Amino acid sequence: MAEMLHLKLKVWRQKNANDKGHFEEIDAPNISVHASFLEMLDIVNERLEQEGKEPIAFDHDCREGICGMCSMVINGRPHGHLAGTTTCQLHMHNFQSGDTIVIEPWRAKAFPVLKDLMVDRSAFDYIMQAGGFISVNTGGAPDANAIPIPKVKADLAMDAAACIGCGACVAACKNASAMLFVAAKVSQFALLPQGQVERKERVKKMLAAMDEAGFGNCTNQYECEAACPKEISVGFIARMNKEYLNAVTSSD
Amino acid sequence: MKLNSKIPSGPIEKKWEEHKFELKLVNPANKRKYSVIVVGTGLAGASASASLAELGYKVKTFCFQDSPRRAHSIAAQGGINAAKNYKNDGDSVYRLFYDTIKGGDFRAREANVYRLAEVSVNIIDQCVAQGVPFAREYGGYLSNRSFGGALVSRTFYARGQTGQQLLLGAYSALSRQIGLGAVEMYPRTEMLDLVVVDGHAKGIVTRNLVTGKIEAHAADAVVLATGGYGNVFFLSTNAMGCNVTATYRAYKKGALFGNPCFTQIHPTCIPVSGDYQSKLTLMSESLRNDGRIWVPKKKGDTRPPHEIPEDERDYYLERKYPSYGNLAPRDISSRSAKEVCDEGRGVGPGGLGVYLDFSDAIKRLGEDVIRDRYGNLFDMYQRITNENPYKVPMRIYPAVHYTMGGLWVDYNLMSNLPGLHVIGEANFSDHGANRLGASALMQGLADGYFILPYTIGDYFANSGGKKVSTDHPEFKKALEDAETRTKKFLSINGKRTVDSFHKELGKIMWDYCGMARNKAGLQIALKRIPEIRAEFWENVKVLGSNEEVNVSLEKAGRVADFLEFAELMCIDALNREESCGGHFRTEYQTEDGEAKRNDEKFCYVSAWQYNGEGKKPTEIKEELVFENVKLTQRSYK
Repeated sequence: MAEMLHLKLKVWRQKNANDKGHFEEIDAPNISVHASFLEMLDIVNERLEQEGKEPIAFDHDCREGICGMCSMVINGRPHGHLAGTTTCQLHMHNFQSGDTIVIEPWRAKAFPVLKDLMVDRSAFDYIMQAGGFISVNTGGAPDANAIPIPKVKADLAMDAAACIGCGACVAACKNASAMLFVAAKVSQFALLPQGQVERKERVKKMLAAMDEAGFGNCTNQYECEAACPKEISVGFIARMNKEYLNAVTSSD
Repeated sequence: MKLNSKIPSGPIEKKWEEHKFELKLVNPANKRKYSVIVVGTGLAGASASASLAELGYKVKTFCFQDSPRRAHSIAAQGGINAAKNYKNDGDSVYRLFYDTIKGGDFRAREANVYRLAEVSVNIIDQCVAQGVPFAREYGGYLSNRSFGGALVSRTFYARGQTGQQLLLGAYSALSRQIGLGAVEMYPRTEMLDLVVVDGHAKGIVTRNLVTGKIEAHAADAVVLATGGYGNVFFLSTNAMGCNVTATYRAYKKGALFGNPCFTQIHPTCIPVSGDYQSKLTLMSESLRNDGRIWVPKKKGDTRPPHEIPEDERDYYLERKYPSYGNLAPRDISSRSAKEVCDEGRGVGPGGLGVYLDFSDAIKRLGEDVIRDRYGNLFDMYQRITNENPYKVPMRIYPAVHYTMGGLWVDYNLMSNLPGLHVIGEANFSDHGANRLGASALMQGLADGYFILPYTIGDYFANSGGKKVSTDHPEFKKALEDAETRTKKFLSINGKRTVDSFHKELGKIMWDYCGMARNKAGLQIALKRIPEIRAEFWENVKVLGSNEEVNVSLEKAGRVADFLEFAELMCIDALNREESCGGHFRTEYQTEDGEAKRNDEKFCYVSAWQYNGEGKKPTEIKEELVFENVKLTQRSYK
């Protein structure tokens, strides 16, 4: 394999939320196959700055696949074509010299573009603030081993809790639905004994907040699961629907 | 200045209990009259914000990321220590205290560390109540594993994502308070300066990273939970945004900086692959249980590893530390790797790597067993390097990971500036010269959930509650300073990018103030840093304007502060003429290459006071008193 790639980028450039935005073609020669996708953009940005052009703005932070900040659609797929991988963990040896790479921001009404590839995902925080918690104040918690939790349930709760809140599920969905994100949190708490008291209220409040924030609904095409860098199962959406049905049809 | 650490008297196991009783309280109905600014939303900042709001204080919380959930605590893998003794294996608060103080090479305060061990048990209870899905046994009870250095099993974990789960727990508690209107949250907002009025910390100046708006915020107390400064090295395991600005700005406003030279280098990271590299990825230390570390005996041997016969390999850790072998402690393993690479025997691009070879383990146990133990790590390695570690030995190299130094605080976690509290990695207090694995998460949450909420009330009750608004001249001045500085960055219009300066500084720091330091090297660094800084202020290129998203401008502010802070680190490293924990001065080592402490002369905390631009800072000493543990030399043979 050649050590250096020569790529052509088509990058979404948008000055701010009000700008219409456009694709810009950028020539990217001499990119090491060992670089990560974001390091490739660092190199391109360094060159742009040297030429007196503004660098491409994109969100990123931990660069080890866990903070959930990086967010770009690469050749039509959120976080690119590798399964179970965030953009920061996608490396250039997965591309060929001569490739054209199209890079866009998450596109969803609830995630307005701030600049270039950077979007505002505060709608996710808003959903969490509506009910994504167990109402326990600091202090006074019983001993951690007071309530045993079956390992199978704890493991399943952990599967759901692995969500990094990046929003790839929304970007992948033609309805820009946040169902997988909300379902992961609802399921985590519904599976644990500590989450039982607020179980019904939580699912109702979080779904109401989701609708209010402008996300679409689910039409069962599972694009979200395919795009999820943590491979969160759509089975959690079914679980959440059951939770919701139970919450609105039964009384205590 | 004389430092008062406010360590309570009495026997160590009673100190915190009695101190809590001595602390003054604020009437529940009066708490809403007090406002607190919290900067940073990692484990310490998020847990403090939520807990203070639950108590009734008015809280404003700030983070530079797009959401409080992204803070870098999220990346911690291994686990969190707690003296629960669920395993019935002889653990106790006292044992956790002892392990931690010894791990820190006897450069931390006994009283603080004991309290940390004491509240560790409450943390686990709190997190379970929040719905943190810790690993469990089939009986439904919590599972533990053992971690570096400890002889008991006391580490609680959630797969390889313990930091993520704990942070999401604290974030959910914080989200609840935001929803209730008790916390006002400012994401994508970076602190640029601290405002001090009549000697008390009364507010901050921030920049909105979307609109560029520079604003002042006043409060009755300020809490910094802004993490460590590992990115002064440019390359580290820290997130890209981690920076020293908040704590360094506080230092320039009069807060003392404690032990800045105490940094931790983690031995098992994926090596640098080129000059475009932006960060280093940690590979769990557990790999050293089955992997053997080696380099070729010959210098400049470029043969692929499988062509190098057994008798031409140097398994240097096994050779030098026959009893610990590949499981030699972090600092020893890191330094040994550097030594062999400096000799020209390193492997991989640039010769900065050593092999971590699993072929013997695979022969002995089979590939399936290895896959079962380390599958996810092998996958991660392959994803990044495009090499199959089942077939080819991994290449690893040490990387900067954690900073034990930070702003000086007293037992109440308050700095020498009244009203300024510092928690988590941002303070200097609990880890001495070296941090043990699974202790950082413990400290962040201890400070935020169980210590600061008690001690901050004492400050309010004692300070008389003098209110200051942002109309005060000190706020106006701080705002002006921040605006002037921003304009300056944008007007220099030089030829070099911000990153190029950051990389240049990082290399100097890594070469001369990294894993091994000596007088000559530190003097070179102290000569070079001001030169780089001077060039930065004349030749940096920051494009765009202030009134928009401007990533280069953000970075320029951070790097400008690193360029000053780096000098303080080197001054501290030069001043501390001993080796202890992560601070290894090559002049001070035992015959077999171990760190040689000098308890006669250096059994103290160096707290540095800012004296103005271009002036040498003053060292103020806090003598460390050990009433419970005996100072011993650590040996690993």
